[in-house]
Amino acid sequence: MIAPSATLELGESGEPQLLEVSLGPQHPSTHGVFRMDVSLDGETVVKLKPVFGYLHRNHEKIAEKCSYLGSIPYTDRLDYICSLTNNWAYAMTVEKLAGLGVPERAEYIRVILSELTRLINHSALAGFLLQDMGALGTPLMYAFREREKILDLFESLTGARMMCNYMRFGGCRCDLPPGWIEQTKNLVANFPKFLDEFESLLTGNEILRARTEGVGVLTPQLAVNAGVTGPMLRATGVNYDIRKVDQYGVYGRFKFRVPLGERGDVFDRYMIRILEMRESLKILEQALRDIPAGPIIDPKAKLRNLRPKAGEAYGRIEGPKGELGFYLISDGGPNPYRYRIRPPSLINLTILEDMCLGRTIADAVVILGSVDIVLGEVDR
Amino acid sequence: MEALEQLKARVEAAVPGAQAEIVPNGSPANQPSLSLDCGHARTVAEFLRDDPDLRFDYASNVTGVDWPEKTIKEKIKVKKLVSGVEKEVEEVCERKTPAYLEAVYHLYSMARKHGPLILRLRTENRSDKVTLPSLTPVWRSCEFQEREIFDLYGIIFEGHTDLRRILMWPEFTDHPMRKDYVEPDDYEYEPTPHDDVLTRARQHYPGGTPA
Amino acid sequence: MIDEGLRTELSRQGVVTTTLQELYNWGRKSSLWPLQFGLACCAIEMIATSMARFDIARFGAEVFRPSPRQADLMIVAGTVTKKMAPQIVRLYNQMPEPKYVIAMGVCAISGGPFKEGYNVLKGIDRYIPVDVHIPGCPPRPEALLQALMTLQDKIDKQPLTGDNRPPHLDASAPGEFPIPAFGQHDLEPPNNPALWQPPPMTRAE
Repeated sequence: MIAPSATLELGESGEPQLLEVSLGPQHPSTHGVFRMDVSLDGETVVKLKPVFGYLHRNHEKIAEKCSYLGSIPYTDRLDYICSLTNNWAYAMTVEKLAGLGVPERAEYIRVILSELTRLINHSALAGFLLQDMGALGTPLMYAFREREKILDLFESLTGARMMCNYMRFGGCRCDLPPGWIEQTKNLVANFPKFLDEFESLLTGNEILRARTEGVGVLTPQLAVNAGVTGPMLRATGVNYDIRKVDQYGVYGRFKFRVPLGERGDVFDRYMIRILEMRESLKILEQALRDIPAGPIIDPKAKLRNLRPKAGEAYGRIEGPKGELGFYLISDGGPNPYRYRIRPPSLINLTILEDMCLGRTIADAVVILGSVDIVLGEVDR
Repeated sequence: MEALEQLKARVEAAVPGAQAEIVPNGSPANQPSLSLDCGHARTVAEFLRDDPDLRFDYASNVTGVDWPEKTIKEKIKVKKLVSGVEKEVEEVCERKTPAYLEAVYHLYSMARKHGPLILRLRTENRSDKVTLPSLTPVWRSCEFQEREIFDLYGIIFEGHTDLRRILMWPEFTDHPMRKDYVEPDDYEYEPTPHDDVLTRARQHYPGGTPA
Repeated sequence: MIDEGLRTELSRQGVVTTTLQELYNWGRKSSLWPLQFGLACCAIEMIATSMARFDIARFGAEVFRPSPRQADLMIVAGTVTKKMAPQIVRLYNQMPEPKYVIAMGVCAISGGPFKEGYNVLKGIDRYIPVDVHIPGCPPRPEALLQALMTLQDKIDKQPLTGDNRPPHLDASAPGEFPIPAFGQHDLEPPNNPALWQPPPMTRAE
């Protein structure tokens, strides 16, 4: 931590009252450049103020100077672990704004890539959460081993491991190479073995249970009012999954359940993510079985020099972290007039203080890990 | 969810004195919005959240938008006397659109699974009267987003619990997302400068010596 | 120094000969401990480099230290914003000598795709000296490993005495670099003039 980071306030009779610690922007457990100004009474958290902006890269301002097509690579870098879902949310919003349709094969490809991204995100999260709890590196190694297999698939399709830049307005950039579907089916068939191994090692673990059960409890009323979405919301018991509510893309055709939690604590959020990975595998099996042949981009879609009519549109998807939305206002020109990203990680941080009050500082670290933030999205 | 006209009528019936205006949307997305006056905005918001049929309990997105003053030239047909005969003449008339800052709220309902309902609140002008009522006491999700609008646009939200800069450092004085923001002049080598980058290049590297 | 033939003959007999410089540099280059310091997307590729597939542990660098006092390599992975820049310089100052900096990714080299941003610092080499630059957005883990090997070559060639000796053996080299302050519109100063000047450019009209 960077000095000066802790100040001690003394009471009237000279006894120490509150210790103010800044879990600074460089810290092993803050998932990026995030800072929490915590006031402690002994070890109990009395006040917690999150501070961010250390990765504010002015995406919204740069997008006002770029064309619609030119902003797609920037969307990759928002939530940098899940780049393909960011691409989809933006492409969907521009399609709403310009009135473009998407062919069926492209929709199926989008669903497949989005669910693979969900697998990457949730397994990486389980690894990082356990690293915060002290299992230094081993669950993360297992999770990243699976992530590398999925990144190989992405690389053979899009050309890049992380910043895929694959979705376009009206479809996708290029078609699946031969053999890709078989490789993906292979991966989906072998993935449950990894999940079973992961769960048998971790879910019954005494330390995990003791550190996560009853910690960071969130009530459903507060969660809905604070705009929390994604696995955090479903862990409190509220049944709101945008894949089921809006049924965007072709999600209406797949049969899958939405796992819900009971108590809203850190253990529920961890379990929801493991269960969501299993549901994603079900969706992947169905999509890989049913994917039709056909064009992958709407032939009438104009990519370069796209000038949508003046108006606005708000499009949202169920990203792995929550509701990722884009709000675009067009004035008829080649660049958007206003380009706004609705970041799930930022809004999920609103109730971080409420969840951590009265707990110890070690719990605050675990609770932050379970909120699943990525600073690229929080700060944009 | 019912049509926006019916919703507007309901809002005006439930909150006396509220003035709501429908703002049309030109794009195929078909998402028109409702513009509210600042005096009754919070009461309308509470009605939208608590009404048993509407139950808009989830404020998904709060955006700030900057609309600077624009001069629009329009051709209007005017009846004028031309050499003694009344004729219809086309005249070019200039009109200035008002300048204001705006906060746009996207509301959804988790209980009834409908939405979006889009609300707009406008300030009076861009220079000194930039206050808007904060909707954070109604929906807690507006807390960080309204702070961000304050930081980047300069709209002051009355009733917000903790209004301070969120993304830029506290000593920063500008509001960078406004359309008239000028970046600090920090130019360095660019291989193929063009447009305004070329103008800055000429200032910083005067003299055209061939490479 | 010593004849190569004699050296191989002696090593066949079980006698190892070396110079103090080789031994010193070998020890330092084979156990570079990076500072656990990821800013943005490149940090995920840095973590992937330390995972089982790309395995930075073969280079002796798998121990990512959270505290700057125990690290000797700072991999600046990700976009450096103006809000974060003073903290980075502070962290660099807190690292003990000998210390090295790798600028990973185009954002750390020059601002990268976000160069036009009002909050983006156009390259970390404006305030601290950088030894190796890795282009890429993000660079593959293999590129980070090659950068590590390049740094190891650089350390290998550093003499212990003479004009080219590294800063930690030179009493007149600056130990700490000035930390920029937050101004009203920009960082003050916008760069460290002793370290970085805008590159010269001649324009053909």
